[in-house]
Amino acid sequence: MSTDTRNLTLVQAVRDGLEIEMHRDEDVIVLGEDVGKNGGVFRATEGLYEEFGKDRVIDTPLAESGIIGTSIGMAAYGLRPVPEIQFMGFIYPAFDQIVSHAARLRNRSRGRFTCPLVVRAPYGGGIRAPEHHSESKEAFFVHEPGLKVVIPSTPADTKGLLASAIRDPDPVIFLEPKLIYRAFREDVPAGDHTVPLGEAAVRREGSDVSVYTWGAMTRPTVEAAETLADEGIDCEVIDLRTLSPLDRETIVESFEKTGRAAVVHEAPKTGGLGGEITAILQEEALLYQEAPVKRIAGFDTPVPLYALEDYYLPSSTRIEEGIREAVEFP
Amino acid sequence: MTGGEGGHDALFDRAPDDRVRVLDESGALVGTPPDMSDAELVEIYRHMRLARHFDERAVTLQRQGRMGTYPPMAGQEAAQVGSAVVLDDEDWIVPSYREHAAVHVHGLSLSEILLYWMGHGAGGWGADANVFPAAVPIATQIPHTTGLAMASKLGGCGGEDGGVSGNRPQAGDAVACAYFGDGATSEGDFHEGLNMAGVFDVPAVFVCNNNGWAISVPRERQTASPTLAGKAAAYGIDGVQVDGMDPLATYRVMRAAVEKARDPDERPRPTLIEAVQYRFGAHTTADDPTVYRDESEVAAWRKRDPIPRLERFLRETGRLDDDRIDEIEADVRAQVAAAIERAEATARPDPETLFDDVYAVRTAELDRQRATMRRLRDRYGDDAFLRD
Ligand SMILES: Cc1ncc(C[n+]2csc(CCOP(=O)(O)OP(=O)(O)O)c2C)c(N)n1
Repeated sequence: MSTDTRNLTLVQAVRDGLEIEMHRDEDVIVLGEDVGKNGGVFRATEGLYEEFGKDRVIDTPLAESGIIGTSIGMAAYGLRPVPEIQFMGFIYPAFDQIVSHAARLRNRSRGRFTCPLVVRAPYGGGIRAPEHHSESKEAFFVHEPGLKVVIPSTPADTKGLLASAIRDPDPVIFLEPKLIYRAFREDVPAGDHTVPLGEAAVRREGSDVSVYTWGAMTRPTVEAAETLADEGIDCEVIDLRTLSPLDRETIVESFEKTGRAAVVHEAPKTGGLGGEITAILQEEALLYQEAPVKRIAGFDTPVPLYALEDYYLPSSTRIEEGIREAVEFP
Repeated sequence: MTGGEGGHDALFDRAPDDRVRVLDESGALVGTPPDMSDAELVEIYRHMRLARHFDERAVTLQRQGRMGTYPPMAGQEAAQVGSAVVLDDEDWIVPSYREHAAVHVHGLSLSEILLYWMGHGAGGWGADANVFPAAVPIATQIPHTTGLAMASKLGGCGGEDGGVSGNRPQAGDAVACAYFGDGATSEGDFHEGLNMAGVFDVPAVFVCNNNGWAISVPRERQTASPTLAGKAAAYGIDGVQVDGMDPLATYRVMRAAVEKARDPDERPRPTLIEAVQYRFGAHTTADDPTVYRDESEVAAWRKRDPIPRLERFLRETGRLDDDRIDEIEADVRAQVAAAIERAEATARPDPETLFDDVYAVRTAELDRQRATMRRLRDRYGDDAFLRD
């Protein structure tokens, strides 16, 4: 492994990760709407069509159920498809294929058939997009046994987690925080680079409160932690990175140290992962708990049209206020 | 309506690729003109001019940061206007996101359309017009159209509440018209919607605005079917291809389809119309078409521009002159300018409206969340919510 790095944005890291995996394993193919000639509507697959040709970077008809359904067939027969769904809000036509088949092909055939595919989709709000372009519905997929769910928050993790997802023997839903596709750059290891699935990352160590988050909410959460540090509140910020399976160990370990917790996600509060994390803390570390776990989340409403989008998404003030509540209780 | 379009059979009993035409590119007659008054013809022209100017201004507003992502329709005015003018008020339009002209003809104000693309919840639907909110998820509106048409055919059940939208149908008169693109025909919802329309023989018209491209995917890569109109055969309904950049041909076909929907006379009620056309501009203001298509292709299609084509026909037949055109031009500019002014003068929506209309009655939890928002705004001001 080389120590060379390249300074990349998150979306460039997606592209880099795909390119490296396609070189490493010729069974890896990319397919989806506008992924070929156009290089993807976010340019996540730019140049791959030219580099690998039309049989490995496939422009499909406009048919999500078809894209995922055919990917399942291809995966079962030895390919490693990486289908792109253009926006998470358009994954629903493929929902049946994902939950009824991709998720349980292994189980239904007692391992005879497997489904090693990675469904990539940009998710989340904050880019003044039209309706249905801003959803974060990771909880739907976390709820489905047999699927893994990954959401990176940095360019280096994006590349490394994508590589692990592609090499994983099971289907992975890989959600990309489009709000920060181009927000910042980071040195990303050149060449082969993996980050293991199922391991959270501690983004900031602290002793007063554990704050769990992922994806696009990671940066504002770390920023809120820095602001709160000036007030004497020492936050530990944990970027979960893989939402299924969750890294229970890291989640619990941190809480045993702090006894207080907040969860920050942009998905609606009710039925969101904040509830699951709270339950894990209750199950595993009840006696350490000093305050109710605070959920800082999107409201239980559809994501509004963009004039009110900022009111919907957790802002730094909302995050700080929520963390303060967890710390100041009772 | 009269049986003015009489020769339905001539329009529907034809090969799927036998495209209905009335005007050629130069505006000369190559087919039977529809039975319309001079005023109706000029009104189609005026609507297309309005649509073109609206579209240009909308793209500019987006460029200036005064509006979000916008899907332009230049090149597609004839299919939208030529079809929508056929509909009566009680008929339904169930649009995609690109039918700004069709929904305006059917009663949505220009400022309501602008407000939607300005990210404002007050936009995108009209209080009075029978226009469904634009469907952004591709093809999802197609089964809704079948459902509206089924309700129309089944008629009212005499309920007191008048239906959810206050529009309980009167015994089978209203026609429902869906608009969607060529890409939409690849989705399962297209198949399911048209199949059910055929089985239940409902008064629906499915207008496919085949503009040649679904973002970067050309029509030939969308389906191996030689035509989209031909897909109708699979559902046992009529399918017809029309020059969608010829407003008069579109009008003729649409009128025949609507009349047939109301009074089927042994034919199936539903019709699939493939209106062949071209999008001159980008897919949306976030798209760069030079990556996937040649300028020469665009230039070739620009020669078929529906507006000069109809203008020439109307001039040469003495229905339009310079003075009237100037008048229309001035009128169109003023109307669009006023709509922009109205949209921009509309106050930013109250943030608490976020919690309205999620349910008929706000839940206790939504009340709590609304109170949280209020408390934070009181304490920190609106800055508490504005992300940097
Ligand atoms: C279900 C779904 N998948 C993907 C998209 C993203 N998308 C928006 S428009 C579009 C192309 C649509 O092409 P077409 O149906 O031909 O209509 P046009 O935009 O050309 O009018 C795509 C892929 C979407 N909106 N909905």
